[in-house]
Amino acid sequence: MNKDEYNKLVKRLTPKENKSKNALVAFLVGGFIGFLAEVFATIVMEFTGLSRVDAYLVTCLVVIFLSCLFTALGFFDNWVTKVKMGIILPTTGFAHSIMSAGLDYKKDGFITGIGANFFKLAGSVILYGMVSAFLFAIIGVILYG
Amino acid sequence: MASIKFNNVYIKDAFTIAGPLESEGQIRKFDLTMDDYYYGEKSFIDAEVKMQKVVMDNLLYRNKLGKKIDLILGGDLSNQLGITSYAVRNFSYPFFGIYSACATFLESMIIGGHFIEMNTIKNALMITSSHNLNAERQFRFPIEYGAPRASTTTFTATGAVGAILSNEKSNIKVESATIGKIEDYNQKDATHMGAVMTPAAVSVLIDHLHDLKRTVDDYDLIVTGDLGSVGKDIFREFLKVNYGIKIKNHMDAGCEIFLKSQEVYSGSSGPVTLPMVLFNKILKNKKYKKILLIATGSLHSKDTTNQKKSIPSIAHAVSLEVLS
Repeated sequence: MNKDEYNKLVKRLTPKENKSKNALVAFLVGGFIGFLAEVFATIVMEFTGLSRVDAYLVTCLVVIFLSCLFTALGFFDNWVTKVKMGIILPTTGFAHSIMSAGLDYKKDGFITGIGANFFKLAGSVILYGMVSAFLFAIIGVILYG
Repeated sequence: MASIKFNNVYIKDAFTIAGPLESEGQIRKFDLTMDDYYYGEKSFIDAEVKMQKVVMDNLLYRNKLGKKIDLILGGDLSNQLGITSYAVRNFSYPFFGIYSACATFLESMIIGGHFIEMNTIKNALMITSSHNLNAERQFRFPIEYGAPRASTTTFTATGAVGAILSNEKSNIKVESATIGKIEDYNQKDATHMGAVMTPAAVSVLIDHLHDLKRTVDDYDLIVTGDLGSVGKDIFREFLKVNYGIKIKNHMDAGCEIFLKSQEVYSGSSGPVTLPMVLFNKILKNKKYKKILLIATGSLHSKDTTNQKKSIPSIAHAVSLEVLS
């Protein structure tokens, strides 16, 4: 059996991931988190008189805090494993990635551990977020002046 | 010829520590179990070092071996065999640190067995361990990061297993062994180690049968290390398609530790998987007299897989005979 034939055999016997089910779960869970955040933001607006922009900022901070707290308490990762992208894609996932790396490397010292590894997973998001923001800004300037 | 026959090599005793999840799986009886991943220490590295140390202490004490150990052979999954080196520094015995990923235990059995067979030494202590959270950090993501996994992923077992090889006769005879070759079938997916390691397992099995002029039916049981539930099927299909061998007496140790309800994807992996199942399940079941062990190891590091290199794999085979 050569390598190509083996690869075909492996593909044939490897179970397929249920992508449509994963997408549906992500859609529902992600949507539900958005819904909860919207409810929270509305309550904040009603009770504090903050503007919509400021209420969203407060909501965002609360969501980040909660996902960091739940990561530190040790059960957020189990949720991520279950509902996958539904909880990774929002701000929750970003906070979780930073917090988990921070927790993991705290034994390795402040500089070589936490400092060097804090953005281990989130670094790509920041870098390519900036690069794409730059590119889209250029496109925006060309099209709309 | 890469096969060796042994006449006076025996397994005198073995000792196992199983992690918290492992001790609630299919096998319920171990020498010791851990309630949590820290095992009374401050870090997971310290916990794994302690696990190995406790295993070796118990083996030496239980068998009253004192200064009679001639050689310690051991390895684990950590960088530069950090865990084993730190555990063995507590013992003043000659030491070989060895690495074949999850095939490490059988490598130590072959090397130790050969020294005993040549009458160079009388007793060797073999030690190996893996810790799920140390392996996660070494090969995958930060520990608390709940990255979604593919269903083919295996879950590194937590535990430490040690055994004593001796020239003194006991119930378990190490009968023969075959040293495996590295195989690379251009598999690049480190989340599908069953597919990576199957060619090595098949290759060493075929070499073993050819060298010693045997068939798979000469064994009561053929145990592969940690191919997992998907890899197990690939292994059987590979043998059937390529060599026309239909294997009925096959067990994969990776499928024998955890329960399906424990959500460990494709099963257990790690160098402790095979010895844990061997000493706590297979050898306790008196049904099997002739057992062929095939431990499989995936020889990748995080850097080689990040650089999209295909993953080489290794497998070693050891045949055991249960006497009396």
